[in-house]
Amino acid sequence: MAFSGAKIIQPLPLHTTIRSPNNPLLFDPFTSSPFLGSTRTLRLSQSISASQRRCASHIVAVSDVFKEKKLKSNTNLLLTKEEGLQVYEDMILGRAFEDMCAQMYYRGKMFGFVHLYNGQEAVSSGFIKLLKKEDSVVSTYRDHVHALSKGVPARAVMSELFGKKTGCCRGQGGSMHMFSAEHNVLGGFAFIGEGIPVATGAAFASKYRREVLKEADCDHVTLAFFGDGTCNNGQFFECLNMAALWKLPIIFVVENNLWAIGMSHLRSTSDPEIWKKGPAFGMPGVHVDGMDVLKVREVAKEAIGRARRGEGPTLVECETYRFRGHSLADPDELRDPAEKARYAARDPITALKKYLIESKLANEAELLAIEKKIEEVVEDAVEFADESPAPSRSQLLENVFADPRGFGIGPDGSYRCEDPKFTEGTAQV
Amino acid sequence: MWGILSQKLGAARGLSSQVVGNYVLRLRLAPSAMPMRHYSSATKEMTVRDALNSALDEEMAADPNVFVMGEEVGEYQGAYKITKGLLDKYGPERVVDTPITEAGFAGIGVGSAYHGLRPVIEFMTFNFSMQAIDHIINSAAKSNYMSAGQINVPIVFRGPNGPAAGVGAQHSQCYGAWYGSVPGLKVLVPYSSEDARGLLKAAIRDPDPVVFLENELLYGETFPISAEALDSSFCLPIGKAKIEREGKDITITAFSKMVGYALKAAEILEKEGINAEVINLRSIRPLDRATINASVRKTNRLVTVEEGFPQHGVGAEICATVVEDSFGYLDAPVERIAGADVPTPYAANLERMAFPQIEDIVRAAKRACYRSVPMAASA
Repeated sequence: MAFSGAKIIQPLPLHTTIRSPNNPLLFDPFTSSPFLGSTRTLRLSQSISASQRRCASHIVAVSDVFKEKKLKSNTNLLLTKEEGLQVYEDMILGRAFEDMCAQMYYRGKMFGFVHLYNGQEAVSSGFIKLLKKEDSVVSTYRDHVHALSKGVPARAVMSELFGKKTGCCRGQGGSMHMFSAEHNVLGGFAFIGEGIPVATGAAFASKYRREVLKEADCDHVTLAFFGDGTCNNGQFFECLNMAALWKLPIIFVVENNLWAIGMSHLRSTSDPEIWKKGPAFGMPGVHVDGMDVLKVREVAKEAIGRARRGEGPTLVECETYRFRGHSLADPDELRDPAEKARYAARDPITALKKYLIESKLANEAELLAIEKKIEEVVEDAVEFADESPAPSRSQLLENVFADPRGFGIGPDGSYRCEDPKFTEGTAQV
Repeated sequence: MWGILSQKLGAARGLSSQVVGNYVLRLRLAPSAMPMRHYSSATKEMTVRDALNSALDEEMAADPNVFVMGEEVGEYQGAYKITKGLLDKYGPERVVDTPITEAGFAGIGVGSAYHGLRPVIEFMTFNFSMQAIDHIINSAAKSNYMSAGQINVPIVFRGPNGPAAGVGAQHSQCYGAWYGSVPGLKVLVPYSSEDARGLLKAAIRDPDPVVFLENELLYGETFPISAEALDSSFCLPIGKAKIEREGKDITITAFSKMVGYALKAAEILEKEGINAEVINLRSIRPLDRATINASVRKTNRLVTVEEGFPQHGVGAEICATVVEDSFGYLDAPVERIAGADVPTPYAANLERMAFPQIEDIVRAAKRACYRSVPMAASA
């Protein structure tokens, strides 16, 4: 029995009998579904307490504003031309790169577990393009596009996937462990939920720097990306609690693509509306259409602004979809083709292209030029990765420790504590 | 007498004159060790608890990036009072009381270490670290390798490890073997106050993740401590074992509380004419194979002592390394003493049987020396 994506959209109570495909849809998905145009969250949020409503309404107002803006679609207030082209280019890069990954995997150049991001580009571009270089991004195993959006060069990511020395982690990390200290991409974690406490820690460091180390201008925020399956994991709740408790500058971005490998979000979650879990811990919970990069960007701006001002964390649930299987090894048989078709029709790249052209921010030729350029970038990345050498044998034992000899043994091999000058301490007690 | 003593000590491999000098100095200051002359210079003594507290205090004063995080570390002054007084001195931003969320706060520690802070994460006991073990291993230990050296994790996970007294099966496991098998971690096991101070300071200054296994029953024990160890920049090397007692007939390796037992066993053995060398491992990873092998090559017999479970334990690794490197020097099969292969029972007499006692060490040592003794009852 297959579920269609639209049928999950229903307010409480959740366990109704509306599961048979024969029942008429409660909502027409294209006009009234809350998942398609965040306005319905207004209705759903009214059942929560006043204080929480204050929090949530702060965010819901954005959707209101956005809705108004959309009506006056002739104003280009949503984003400028440069921003539009930048976001478009980023999304095209993400898509082209992932498609090339699939090709390379089937040709045997890439191996192991590879999880592709096709269809979810609006979330990555919508959020990450608003960040500064010093802000941090923590992701899951589906991390290629997060790394690319944050600024890691396509060449470095592709080489890493090929397992070459020139990869961003010298071939030691792989598809699921993209790290870049320069771009503050803090991984790449294979375990579900593992990145969330690490991201919370990065946000903790930012707050610590500002308040304890007195670096007054340290307002770095952290984005934690994870999926719908993770939202049932204990670490997620532990971190929602602590982030809200200590008002950490973090945004929890849920990429709800409705499926955790073959486990549907509905089958595994008692209350599938993830955004609601935010107010339960004292932070705003927002739901946004993750297939629309402009909506995501608006919500992201608000949430990042909140975090930078020190007002605390936000939970943003992006309804999105992955066009491919969970990984390249997933036959993807459990998802209803009708559902896939419906989301394919909402392809975020097509939607943005349409918007840019209709609002006269760009013309066909410019967008085509971008696509061509990205094609070349990706091809160049593949060539570069192909020609790069594999890691040398000596690399196997490198980088286990930052300090392999352990403190206390000086660089000349003798024990520091034997040095007569050793007890001339520098510590002031 | 002093001359002969320092000659003997100097002859032992691996000790420089400076260290020998220190050892002699310590003997002089510990009147019980030398029956001959009694120096009245004040012997400073310190409990392990105070040693850990002072080490934390000094490191936090020296480096503002160091902070402590864990359950009850702040207002409660530490579940075992190790962090006593730190909250008042450094404030709640640096001594952070957490909710009961081991996975969460261990991960938060790792994430902040990614950005250059130096967290000291306290687990109320290392049994609770099992709820956070994903972060200790996957995001702390492996990160430097996975990122090819871009991101190192200068974090310390510390807390009491191993059995206490009557706390039952879920509070009594020793984690030395589990953490000791993970590349990317450094695992330290202090015994005396000097060990505690020196190793904790080294751990906090170390740029890699360190698992610091203390022992609850040792917290209250007092040890003599030298002036050098009280200096605020005193550190001990990581990966170097200490020969607590020189001997020539048999090598006994131990760590944490078992060092005390081994020393007492050595005294008993001395009366029977077996001169035992006791090695305090101090560091399970990296294991000081050089010292252990050198000692076995001298004595030709080995007994390893630990409180953890026998299979795949620390003793197993030591035996393997000795057999691999010094097989030709062994005069007897290697002996392993470990905790019984059962979850820890509660009843006092059963618990006593479940962990090595001094008599077990003595018996094993005699076995290794081919004295005929009845085998201990195998649990």
